[in-house]
Amino acid sequence: MNEKRMLEEEKHFETIIAEESVCTNDNLVYEKPETLTDTPMHYCPGCGHGVAHRLIAEVIDELGIQDKTIGVAPVGCSVFAYNYLNIDMTEAAHGRASAVATGIKRVLPDKYVFSYQGDGDLAAIGTGETIHTCNRGENILIIFINNGIYGMTGGQMAPTTLIGMKSTTTPFGREVEVMGNPLKITELIAQLPGVYYCTRVAVNTPNNVRKAKKAILNGFKYQELKKGLSFVEIVSNCPSNWKMTPLESNKWLEENMLPFYPLGDLKVPKNPPKADKGELI
Amino acid sequence: MKELKLMKGNEALAEAAIRAGCDGYFGYPITPQSEVLEYLANEAKKRTGMVVLQAESEIAAINMIYGAAGTGKKVMTSSSSPGISLMQEGISYIACAELPCLLVNVVRGGPGLGTIQPSQGDYFQAVKGGGHGDYKLIVLAPSTVQEMVDHVKLGFELAFKWKNPVMILADGALGQMMEKVELFPQMERTNEIYPWATTGKTKDRERSIITSLHIQPDKMQEINLHLQRKYREIEKEEIRYEMIDCEDADLVLVAFGLVARICQKAAGLAKEKGIKVGIFRPISLFPYPYKELNKLADKVKGFLTVEMNAGQMVEDVRLAVNGKIPVEFTGKMGGIIPTPEEILHKIEEIYVGETA
Repeated sequence: MNEKRMLEEEKHFETIIAEESVCTNDNLVYEKPETLTDTPMHYCPGCGHGVAHRLIAEVIDELGIQDKTIGVAPVGCSVFAYNYLNIDMTEAAHGRASAVATGIKRVLPDKYVFSYQGDGDLAAIGTGETIHTCNRGENILIIFINNGIYGMTGGQMAPTTLIGMKSTTTPFGREVEVMGNPLKITELIAQLPGVYYCTRVAVNTPNNVRKAKKAILNGFKYQELKKGLSFVEIVSNCPSNWKMTPLESNKWLEENMLPFYPLGDLKVPKNPPKADKGELI
Repeated sequence: MKELKLMKGNEALAEAAIRAGCDGYFGYPITPQSEVLEYLANEAKKRTGMVVLQAESEIAAINMIYGAAGTGKKVMTSSSSPGISLMQEGISYIACAELPCLLVNVVRGGPGLGTIQPSQGDYFQAVKGGGHGDYKLIVLAPSTVQEMVDHVKLGFELAFKWKNPVMILADGALGQMMEKVELFPQMERTNEIYPWATTGKTKDRERSIITSLHIQPDKMQEINLHLQRKYREIEKEEIRYEMIDCEDADLVLVAFGLVARICQKAAGLAKEKGIKVGIFRPISLFPYPYKELNKLADKVKGFLTVEMNAGQMVEDVRLAVNGKIPVEFTGKMGGIIPTPEEILHKIEEIYVGETA
């Protein structure tokens, strides 16, 4: 494309923008959900956390449950999740988010309670709490962000780091002989009778984002039934610690993470009740 | 009308929790306090609808407390020494986030897995802040099964008054022994909604955030200064202690919890031998009655601190006395309870030394 043509196109678009008021009440299709605060996020450019946060906020808005929802933030990159979600939140100790959520839900059984946890938090230091919370069938939603790395502490190995994947503590790639295999904790969780709904989604493409939103919506709705725990794994990226551009990271996720962590439902209720509000499909 | 019962310490404590209108108990079995969870599992739900949950570990239990206390509900846990050690991280979070809750440590002998017999070896951990960072628990030391009951009610009152975790520091003997207790009448479970609690953000208020994370050092210092100011206020208002026969005593025994009662027996034996011995029993271990001990040091010739440990509270007695008079120590470790005769022997040793 030559420079002259580029300038022509630019002018063309400028004319369109000048002629039409782009943002009017009639054509507005995208705005900040009410449950998202107006705070610039600390996440790195291209990180999946921002998308996941937005999806939670959209779901809470659509269900109209802002005043009935209590979230639990973990230790890790999403430790500041409470800065972005305009709901009551508790910030838990590393690995204990599901125990904290249990405490809240047990004394406030009619509220919507969720924990938002990374792979280190949920599948390493907090494995015990994760398994037992799921096994007790607490009526909460666990949102599990799996990007195969410790983001907040600067790129160390996670329990979900792939074989051969480099991190600051596996500088030559993860070796099975030394660190064992990546932990497919979602497959483990799906075995437990206390778990009502278990699925794995991703936020690397628009289509996957839509599916992720539906999974989160289901997770919130199912709490009303008091039939057990909902577990949504979101396979995500970490451009900074994977040392890639956001686009490269999403491609790498598709080619490397998803073959090992395949997307789809691991456990779905047999006759799920229909969502009366905010249904997507 | 008085309601009197013969009850085991742990069960009396659990009964008091139900009667105090406790909303939730989260705990993990450990000897010598498992009866608390057992009693509550049997009684609580059917009587008041109170939540009782056996957690998968003490770590999970204290974090359930953290979550539930953050909703403004009246919640508690209990454990014994190794279990309380596991809870320390969570206790530090709770103290920093200023959440009211009741913690009970029915102490056993340590260190390590130790023994299941009674001890006071966790004094430092309870009073000086066993977890990380600068924080304080309000610590109450019962010496009778009656006080196991009374301190539950008082503990919840103080926890909500100061938005601070309160610990009852008992020992294995107090937990296991049976005594006559007078029970207070059943209190209603309140459904009070506190503005700071996570109960769901309504339109009329800002969101409630329970956290102990303040990344900016000046903000974290501000939180620390606020906590310290609160602790100074607690020191002004919540000192509790008991003095027996201290007025004309030559020697005063300083002891907390069960040991204070053994000291009473020893003081009686000493009296028979013509030695005037008083008892000073701190009931609140934080705040500690430093001033009261210091004042008493002007009237007597010496203090003898008696503990079921290697000498922990004696450091606070020495701080209080600040060198005015000699402060001696005798103690038993590893789950052994000192006998009145052993204490008398030490009293005589000191007395002879003084008069010689």
